[in-house]
Amino acid sequence: MSLAEPQGITARQGWGVVALAAAALLCWLVFAVWPAWLSDLLISKKAFVSALLNGLTLSGLYFLVASGFTLIFGLMRNVNLAHGSLYLLGAYVGYEVASRTGFWLIGVAAGFAVGTLVGLALQVLVFRRLEGDDLRQTLVSIGISIVAADLMLAVWSGATYQILTPAWLDGAVTLPVISVVKSDGTLVFLKYPFYRLIVLAAAVVIGIGLWLGLNRTRVGMIIRAGVDDREMLSASGVNVHRVFALVFALGAGLAGFAGVVGGSALSVAPGEDVRYLLTSLVVVIVGGLGSIPGAAIGALLIGLAEQVGLVYFPTYGIALTFVIMVVTLAVRPQGLMGGRR
Amino acid sequence: MTAPYAALALALLVFPAIASDFFLTQIGGYSLIWGMLALSLMVLAGYGGMVSLAQITVAGVAGYSVAIFGENATGIMGFGWPWGIVVPVAVALAAVASALIGWIAVRTTGIYTIMITLAVATATFYFTQQNAEIFNGFSGLSGLRAPVIWGVSLRDPLPFYYLCLGAAVLSFAAVLYGARSTFGLTLQAIRDNPRRMAAVGYDVTAHKVFAWALAGVIAGVAGVLLVWFNGRISPGTIGVGAAINVLIIAVIGGLRHPIGPFLGAVVVVLMQTFAIDIVGADRFNTLIGLVFLSIVFVSPDGLLGLWARYAPRMQQEPLR
Repeated sequence: MSLAEPQGITARQGWGVVALAAAALLCWLVFAVWPAWLSDLLISKKAFVSALLNGLTLSGLYFLVASGFTLIFGLMRNVNLAHGSLYLLGAYVGYEVASRTGFWLIGVAAGFAVGTLVGLALQVLVFRRLEGDDLRQTLVSIGISIVAADLMLAVWSGATYQILTPAWLDGAVTLPVISVVKSDGTLVFLKYPFYRLIVLAAAVVIGIGLWLGLNRTRVGMIIRAGVDDREMLSASGVNVHRVFALVFALGAGLAGFAGVVGGSALSVAPGEDVRYLLTSLVVVIVGGLGSIPGAAIGALLIGLAEQVGLVYFPTYGIALTFVIMVVTLAVRPQGLMGGRR
Repeated sequence: MTAPYAALALALLVFPAIASDFFLTQIGGYSLIWGMLALSLMVLAGYGGMVSLAQITVAGVAGYSVAIFGENATGIMGFGWPWGIVVPVAVALAAVASALIGWIAVRTTGIYTIMITLAVATATFYFTQQNAEIFNGFSGLSGLRAPVIWGVSLRDPLPFYYLCLGAAVLSFAAVLYGARSTFGLTLQAIRDNPRRMAAVGYDVTAHKVFAWALAGVIAGVAGVLLVWFNGRISPGTIGVGAAINVLIIAVIGGLRHPIGPFLGAVVVVLMQTFAIDIVGADRFNTLIGLVFLSIVFVSPDGLLGLWARYAPRMQQEPLR
């Protein structure tokens, strides 16, 4: 009897088959012309695919915010509850710069820059003094978020702003997805805002960039080593404080960047800081703290759940987010991609 | 320790004799309610090592229960049960909700607890805001009246003050007693070394969840008092601002002793009421945020910590 004797399907193969079947079903749902009973069940194909696409776009945005949050936590054990404030600040500054210069891209750059600078200042002036004291760092970040929210309210008042996207990003594109077949046989294709697809693409590109940066560069190697054991990293001669400052600046910059990008797709108003803080929290709880792929998976789950929930059970949509979080914690307390700590 | 307690009790009992109605409810009653909310956090944080941001959510469960099972003026829900049933049901539901939140939160430790409870609090806030069928969405449920017993309306300043005082003293005494009970000592031992306690044979999770349920009772009672005070409950009552407010009060007062939360509540409520004259109503949050930040930086144990640090120096005999 050889050890390599086949023993039926392994669990891994089984899950692979399930995943393939799910992917095939999804492809069919998106590309096929729906039979009437399915339209009755899921409102309409247009509603379903739009919810899916909206969910994906939102996931992209959530990923941008949450990836910074998860990196900062993973490396510094610093739960920065002022992360949502960085998002909102980036959005406001981006709005000011974009509307004064007339160039949207300068606004985006300004959002990133202001996030980076404020993040750097926070790390060097505040969090470095409280190193190793998780609880106090968290409390301080709460205090900062309260003051920041109030000061932003003082400067920009309670009004809702919309950052205008440039003409080359406006308009809708026609997707190769048939939404309905009219009675005379003409096909109606689904249209979707071009800008939202760009947001999604940007999130994917940045996500891949982050992953490559973390896994294929020297700095990334240092950061990963710091996530696993920062004392050892420090002992082997790396200036941990510089790494901390770099990661904090990058994470905060991403939040500011996401603020401008998100403020162009949705809107900028007080309270958005709390919303993005909540999603960052849930995304990293579900995905696992300190993991970029985890943040991507978490963002995908939460973004899709939120938008699909909004369409199909409007008054209970948020409950879905709850359920996802609780189930994850019950099954895998460290998060889907989190290591044992 | 008995003499200061007696003095404090006497001061609180005769407070109505010198205070106006405004001071009695807006400062006295309100501070006691927030003190109880912060006390429920102090129980978890001080004795259990679990810092929760969901205490206002637990109070909200009790508050919404009062509105849903009792009477309200919005025409949504409002089963009209008598208050003698509504109040115990509301407090019990709060305890159950607290235990559930605790059961979720204790699956992880330390700093994760803050994150999870904040996520629960925020998600509950958005849920009540989004849901029109049960919670009436953004505007919430209003027209809640405190019961009238033997012709005395509990919402009148004097009865309401004594009601709050009674509830606060009861919970304070219960916490003091509980901390020295077998359960309380076990909980503190678990806080200090969970692995050793598990190895000795204690069920760590069960003790922590039970602590959550007990804290939920205190928060639930505070929640009932809070809706009687406001006469209404809406998502804003249990929002993130309120959740953080509880934490601020507890931290400013100090998490080492059950008197801390009440001290913090008095300070914060006084600031809330009178800082408006100094910084204006609009910038109050900046002020309280800065006070909170300086307390966290200067004295992690809050005002109690400051007292503990400076009191011994004052008692020292000067060198001759």
